[in-house]
Amino acid sequence: MSRDGTGVPHSGGAAYLGMPAFPRAAETATRDDRLRANLRHATHTIRAKRARAVAELDDWARLRQAGAAIKDRTLRHLDHHLVRLEEAVTRAGGTVHWAADAAEANRIVTDLVRATGEREVVKVKSMATQEIGLNEALAEAGIRAYETDLAELIVQLGDDLPSHILVPAIHRNRGEIRDIFRDRMASWGRPAPEGLTDRPAELAEAARRHLREKFLRAKVGLSGANFMVAETGTLVVVESEGNGRMCLTLPETLISVVGIEKTVPTWRDLEVFLQLLPRSSTAERMNPYTSMWTGTADGDGPRVFHLVLLDNGRTDTLADEVGRQALRCIRCSACLNVCPVYERAGGHAYGSPYPGPIGAILTPQLRGLASPLEESLPYASSLCGACFEVCPVAIDIPEVLVHLRERVVEGGEVTIRGTRTTIKPAKRHTAERAAMRAARWTFDHPGALRRGQWILSRSRRLRPRRLPGPGRAWTDTRELPAVPAESFRDWWARTRGGTA
Amino acid sequence: MNGGTSRERILGRVRRALTDVPRDERPEDRPVVRDYLRTHGERTTSESLDLLAENLADYRALVHRVTATDLSALLARLLAERGARRVVAPAGLPGEWLADAAVDILSDAPVLTAHELDEVDSVVTGCALAIAETGTLVLGGGPGQGRRALTLVPDHHLCVVRTVDQVVDSVPQALERLAPAAARPLTWISGPSATSDIELDRVEGVHGPRTLEVILLAEDPRSV
Ligand code: SF4
Repeated sequence: MSRDGTGVPHSGGAAYLGMPAFPRAAETATRDDRLRANLRHATHTIRAKRARAVAELDDWARLRQAGAAIKDRTLRHLDHHLVRLEEAVTRAGGTVHWAADAAEANRIVTDLVRATGEREVVKVKSMATQEIGLNEALAEAGIRAYETDLAELIVQLGDDLPSHILVPAIHRNRGEIRDIFRDRMASWGRPAPEGLTDRPAELAEAARRHLREKFLRAKVGLSGANFMVAETGTLVVVESEGNGRMCLTLPETLISVVGIEKTVPTWRDLEVFLQLLPRSSTAERMNPYTSMWTGTADGDGPRVFHLVLLDNGRTDTLADEVGRQALRCIRCSACLNVCPVYERAGGHAYGSPYPGPIGAILTPQLRGLASPLEESLPYASSLCGACFEVCPVAIDIPEVLVHLRERVVEGGEVTIRGTRTTIKPAKRHTAERAAMRAARWTFDHPGALRRGQWILSRSRRLRPRRLPGPGRAWTDTRELPAVPAESFRDWWARTRGGTA
Repeated sequence: MNGGTSRERILGRVRRALTDVPRDERPEDRPVVRDYLRTHGERTTSESLDLLAENLADYRALVHRVTATDLSALLARLLAERGARRVVAPAGLPGEWLADAAVDILSDAPVLTAHELDEVDSVVTGCALAIAETGTLVLGGGPGQGRRALTLVPDHHLCVVRTVDQVVDSVPQALERLAPAAARPLTWISGPSATSDIELDRVEGVHGPRTLEVILLAEDPRSV
């Protein structure tokens, strides 16, 4: 789809259709004091814990390099590894399906569920299924998908959207959660107990009881996966609450929808990622539960297993030599927790299931620069670089942001649904305004700039042909000053008065 | 089932996306430098055990140490303290382990339904191995470990680790040992289930067994 479309993302993310571009959504969030306080508390707490968990390992930097190298090596021959994965899963009794886009994935899953004759499914939190809007597609087909992760349950019962990868209901406090449970549980199944208080342990107990009846009778489970091992056909799901184990173990049929970039070549590669992920994500030495399964197993778990391999913009992302590093992402959410812009803007402003720095580089690439929302996302950053520092697979998020800004401003070659296309520079009246406002929003919140100098003092590789800033800096007349002649912040302070 | 078309389309897109990769490069040509550590520190066997116990406890598992002679008495006591009456023992669990326990012992044959499992008080299992550095138990389909639902639905899980041959130091060592077992489902357990979804307050025990007790079993009384 070309950029002069309707402003609606070309595929998937049904729940997010019609989201305003970043700055407008961010403004709303900034005015919500409670949301900001919750987010701030959450991100700062997890951030500090993560730093301690990472400091326990002397070889963190080497693990991180290995993690990046394994992912890069996989991506360079992704076709080969996907074919091997397909063979191994099939050999182990699973069935592999390929979905080029969200609509196809939703159709495949809907047909598979229909074929079982069931009208309800239990579901483990999965970014990929949120990305394609699977729950909505199933609902249209008359199939109810029950979210079973506690936070996702809160989001679902509250008819809400997730705001953080790891703790999607972080924008809700305990009183709100109690109210949601009290008012809404009954219409989804077992009601909340009488006299439910807002103690977290009691709320968790209410969720346990509410969901247990669903687990025990469920015939179909839906999941994503954190990793798929091409060599053995093994899928891996990392979780905390045990709802994942329930969904992966008790139903007769299991359907997993997984992005093609989740492939790792060998069993041994897990030794890197099972060290990187828990410490980066929940800041634990190891998360409470990790499930690994290979096709189907006699007498243990589902008798039928379907794997749906999802493209939905991933191959387009792969075609971009700078941007493809976003496909290394293991969805740990560490970059969210250190991001000054995310902390102020909140997760919803990013208009997709992928908030924060990773969302700012992934969403525009998966969907293409299809609307003012995607065009504004690369500007939802002060380029402070904190995300890159904590990223366990060393994704240079600032580099990709700068690269995408150039695309927005100058146009150039991109791949959209597998076809190489040259896009024109963003239309001034829509994209520029959105981008300008995103950038200005960022700079109008000085805390968001805390470390704004960082970018220009970094490697020359990162130096864009033009300044990544807004306004006149986009025009052909202004060349980039020599690094590090002037920090970005100083540049902004100096130029803003005259030009903005 | 979808035909070959999307498969070919996606694989074709991948290949076209990778035109910068030299045609004659093979998948294994790009080296991955694996200079990270196999284990984090040198430990004697007993230090590894101590670390395992410490890390298990840190994530709220209850840890007990026992020698072979005293195992059945310990299990009987723990089950009695819990008030457990119906206990699942998976196939291959040594019969003598539960010889002293005054409980109804259910084997999983014929296969228990999920609802029947929900009526069970406790499950007693062995494990495939335990990882000291992370405080992790790994269960596979081996003897005394049972299918996955057995250690999931009951609210109380007692897991016996044979310290003489089932403890490794690190995640890399664990994966190496588990490679041959990977064809069967594996469950890695590090403490009871937990959530921090409500204002980041950690709550132990959501859906899995809310109480996890780990028994470190030494074969030789002199080593304890
Ligand atoms: S980009 Fe890096 S830090 Fe952010 S979620 Fe992905 S892996 Fe984690």
